[in-house]
Amino acid sequence: MYVLPLLSGGLTLVGAMMVVTCPVAVHAVLYLVVTLLSLAMVLAMLGAQFAAALEIIIYAGAIMVLFVFVIMMLNLGQPDRDREKEWLRPRAWIGPGLLAVVACGELLYGLPTLSDPDGAVFPIDARDVGLSLFGTYVLMVELASFLLLAGLVTAFHIGRTLRERP
Amino acid sequence: MTPLPLAPIVLTPLVVLALATVLTWVERRLLGLWQDRYGPNRVGPGGMFQAVADGIKLLFKQDWVPPFADRGVFVLAPAIGMMTVLLSFAVIPLAAGGIAGGLNVGLLFILAMMGLGVYAVVLAGWASDSKYALLGGMRAAAQMISYEVFMALSLLGVVMVAGSFSLRDIVAAQSGLWFIIPQGLGFVVFLLAGIAETHRLPFDLPEGENELGAGFHTEYSGMKFGMFFIAEYAGIVLVSALATTLYLGGGNGLLLPAPVWFALKTGVIVAFFILLRAGLPRPRYDQLMGLGWKVLLPLSLLNVLATGTVMMLRAS
Repeated sequence: MYVLPLLSGGLTLVGAMMVVTCPVAVHAVLYLVVTLLSLAMVLAMLGAQFAAALEIIIYAGAIMVLFVFVIMMLNLGQPDRDREKEWLRPRAWIGPGLLAVVACGELLYGLPTLSDPDGAVFPIDARDVGLSLFGTYVLMVELASFLLLAGLVTAFHIGRTLRERP
Repeated sequence: MTPLPLAPIVLTPLVVLALATVLTWVERRLLGLWQDRYGPNRVGPGGMFQAVADGIKLLFKQDWVPPFADRGVFVLAPAIGMMTVLLSFAVIPLAAGGIAGGLNVGLLFILAMMGLGVYAVVLAGWASDSKYALLGGMRAAAQMISYEVFMALSLLGVVMVAGSFSLRDIVAAQSGLWFIIPQGLGFVVFLLAGIAETHRLPFDLPEGENELGAGFHTEYSGMKFGMFFIAEYAGIVLVSALATTLYLGGGNGLLLPAPVWFALKTGVIVAFFILLRAGLPRPRYDQLMGLGWKVLLPLSLLNVLATGTVMMLRAS
């Protein structure tokens, strides 16, 4: 019964590894999209279909497209690939990699001891999300919108056309 | 676990592809009619088999990948375009119920697929590694990201009135009054955003053949170009079917059975799309973006505000 979630989780892991190790920037972004999509599948299987849809729309569909857009503007070529390969020598990643393997082993060892969340899966729909966003966490939402407004004003200030002084 | 509805899963893509292929001929005939010329009229009765002839020609053309292109992404891009459009049809509640017409986040699923569809155009532009294609891809990225915002905002009104993201519930909520009446503003914004999302004339700046060669698919040939071509027409059918579902009451109608009504309404909107192509010139890029952010965004926000106000007044 756990085949589908495990498959999606595995895809997420492989995708995330490829994001880090890919020398070509656009390929790395594509792997990140795969990671996000499989993560959305995991969310959907846990009953959070609304969150899954939002993850695809916002992260995979909008933010990652902007990443590709920026990469296209930068026009990275062969020199960038060579530099990325240079950075990915075993000397650089073998230490952290070993430590991560130890941590993963610990997690796998401890996994069976974790208690099962008694199998109950609650679907969380848009209404629940909306109620908690604009009920319990309304202050957070307002603060986040302040932050966005500040970003907007900054972008407008930087991007304005300078008028010629008379 | 419910058994998979195999027949719709197999049939829907086939029907959509056949429709999209026939639509290429229908469009050229209608354009001919509206622009006072013949259009294709040689192959078969009334030129009906022109689409088949075009398909055979595309299949037998040399399938050429430019040596300077990024091969993997170059091949992947048209496939992404086709897949996202076909997947979207899974949640359209046709009369038979569709494949997953009752999915409780159906509308969001379609928006997600449209969001992913941007990759087809953008990656095609990037992987081709030529200037025209790159320019087309960049235009597409900015245009489609922007218009996705207005499309989602215009749909919000429908979701508010229907109280559900499920397309089946939205159709059921229109049994009394089609949403085009209370949500007329949203309908207009949705149609404009739909044209920009499928990058059709007059908003086909990512292709813009007079300025960019053919834009993002300049380097594509053979059936890979054909995939882009068919995916674009399938996209038109998708947006029209979506407009029918959301604003024109889906299969609701008098006397005739639901599938006939659905097909009729969708056909009218498709014809309207073609009429726009026949009648309107292409705007400049800054005009396109200006229309989006300065007109459509405030309009769709106003629509949400008005809908919310009316709903609150009704409730109290």
